[in-house]
Amino acid sequence: MTTTQAHPIEYLLRMDRMPHIWCPGCGIGVTVNCFARALQDSKADLDKTVIVSGIGCTGRVAGYLKLDSFHTTHGRAIPFATGLKLANPELNVVVYSGDGDLTAIGGNHFIHAARRNIDMLVICVNNFTYGMTGGQLTPTTPYSAVASTAPYGSFEKTFSLPFLADSCGAVYVARWTTFHVRQLARCMAEAFTKRGFRFIEIISPCPTLYQRRNKLGDGLSFMKYLKESSECKDGADTRAVALDFQGKIIVGKFVDRDQPTWLDDMNRRYREKLGDKYEEYKGIK
Amino acid sequence: MADALITADPKGTLTGAHYLDGDHACCEGALAAGCRFVAGYPITPSTEVIERFAARIPLIGGVFIQMEDELASSIAIYGAVWAGAKAMTVTSGPGFSLMMEHLGLGAMLETPCVFVNVQRGGPSTGLPTMPGQADMMQARWGSHGDYELITISPSSPQESFDFAIEAFNLSEKYRLPVILMLDECVGHMTEKVNIPPADEIKLYPRRYTACKPGEYLPFKPGPDMAPEMARAGQGYRFHITGLTHDEKGYPVMNHAAQERLVRRLVDKVRKRADDLVRVVEDGVEGAECVVVSYGITSRVASLAVQLARDEGLKVGHLMCKIVWPFPAGKIRALSGKVKSFVMPEMNYGQVVLELERVVCGRAKVALVGHGGGTVHDPREILKAIKESLL
Repeated sequence: MTTTQAHPIEYLLRMDRMPHIWCPGCGIGVTVNCFARALQDSKADLDKTVIVSGIGCTGRVAGYLKLDSFHTTHGRAIPFATGLKLANPELNVVVYSGDGDLTAIGGNHFIHAARRNIDMLVICVNNFTYGMTGGQLTPTTPYSAVASTAPYGSFEKTFSLPFLADSCGAVYVARWTTFHVRQLARCMAEAFTKRGFRFIEIISPCPTLYQRRNKLGDGLSFMKYLKESSECKDGADTRAVALDFQGKIIVGKFVDRDQPTWLDDMNRRYREKLGDKYEEYKGIK
Repeated sequence: MADALITADPKGTLTGAHYLDGDHACCEGALAAGCRFVAGYPITPSTEVIERFAARIPLIGGVFIQMEDELASSIAIYGAVWAGAKAMTVTSGPGFSLMMEHLGLGAMLETPCVFVNVQRGGPSTGLPTMPGQADMMQARWGSHGDYELITISPSSPQESFDFAIEAFNLSEKYRLPVILMLDECVGHMTEKVNIPPADEIKLYPRRYTACKPGEYLPFKPGPDMAPEMARAGQGYRFHITGLTHDEKGYPVMNHAAQERLVRRLVDKVRKRADDLVRVVEDGVEGAECVVVSYGITSRVASLAVQLARDEGLKVGHLMCKIVWPFPAGKIRALSGKVKSFVMPEMNYGQVVLELERVVCGRAKVALVGHGGGTVHDPREILKAIKESLL
């Protein structure tokens, strides 16, 4: 007689929403598994952990995790998350979205939240394309890669996301791929324990659109590419980790520093200026 | 409101008689209403609202953050609301255009909060330092999709204070963003503002669910067709989405779900329109012509009405404080009795379209259009009153 055991992360998922919408071979589910393991391993307070997504394939992550979860507008997960965190600083706020959502339409919010050092973890699943709308060009689509709106191959310069985050003030910056599941889960668990604007980029396959158009094979072929072309360099200078089409991928933890958060700075400044009249802000009752 | 009301927190209530402009009075109204989170982006002629909030909030206990743009401001407040705050954002026309994305999200997520638009002349950059009333239809229809919100238009600094409180109260009762439409004149005119003692200011408390986690349905309609709220971080592990959703908050992509949800979002206001009439009537009974006005234009029109009465004309004045939903019942009741309605507004015909629709040919309707930049010359309104009675 066989018994069916629950998957160890089932309790962290909204099983009543399965099956999910992601394609076979997509990497987003892999990242969610790592995220769930990281939640388990870090013993995070699940009632205080909230997840905010924008729009797109990765934007659906919020809907599958059994946490307080917010599926917002395209590009605006970060400012929504900013409001959550500032109104209730006890919350552990995670933004989970894609490259198009976070760095194109949401690019302005991304750089300013990093500059302000708003205390949140931003996870970006970078599959170099807009999957939900059919495979268009994003700010990370590498030179010469074909997209539905770049039928002759992209000729735009790209964002290197770790460099962007680092130069805007992020206190924790790392990059892994969906091949590096253990490293990624450890990295996420570590990032939960830090304060400030933390950023993890995850290079992830999109077999249906990005790979098919670029004749890069299926999900497994991309995994082989991730395995063979990744090189781990903790502490690498983020100026030297840019990606190009099917080139080398530098992975690892690039930045880990302590900086006062926006709320720390607010409390310090008001105290300096207003003295004892100012009562430290700890959230809205 | 029949529901149990609470009184204002004395800490945020600047009780006393003050000499304030409409922008500052609006900020004080929000503070008295318990607003403790503002995200904003500077824009003339609304900036004084956030400047005052930024100065006042550290000693009251709350947060002001100047965001990178109006898109960010108008969604940061939603994050704050779902974390338990009462929140507001403030802007003028060009910023209001950017905020349209989130008026729709606010309707969809049924997020109680207040948007303030201190109107200036448009379109585009228009007349930054001068008044207009040309964003009225934008307040009603500006975001895509079908929805109904509540729009209030004060005509003085005192009303900016009073209606800021009412805006917060209505937002909680109906679970939606309420839009407070000032204009540059009201925003920048300075007059006496009486702020009552905190215990005389009645507030509508947020309706939090008493359900146990696991039983809570974030979009199950309760009283007033509005659902109960939960706040993030309390173990409910709820989901909300801007996609069409069921009572659980889960996305459902079909007509039936759309019909159930959007019908309710619209009916929540339309079916309560008679509870949402806030008008001031002056000599409407027995009038042959009724001037219908809102915002600063009500005050200019009052002079025109007086001039007409001085000439022996039977003229009434209906000043709308809540503009959306439009006081259709009031107008319908009058339209069989009067010869004409005259509507001055600082645009070339917006709210008058609704007036015409409601009057439905039973009386003459005359627009006194005006491009903004200054208020009407009351003589133009007088002329329209006379012509409408010929």
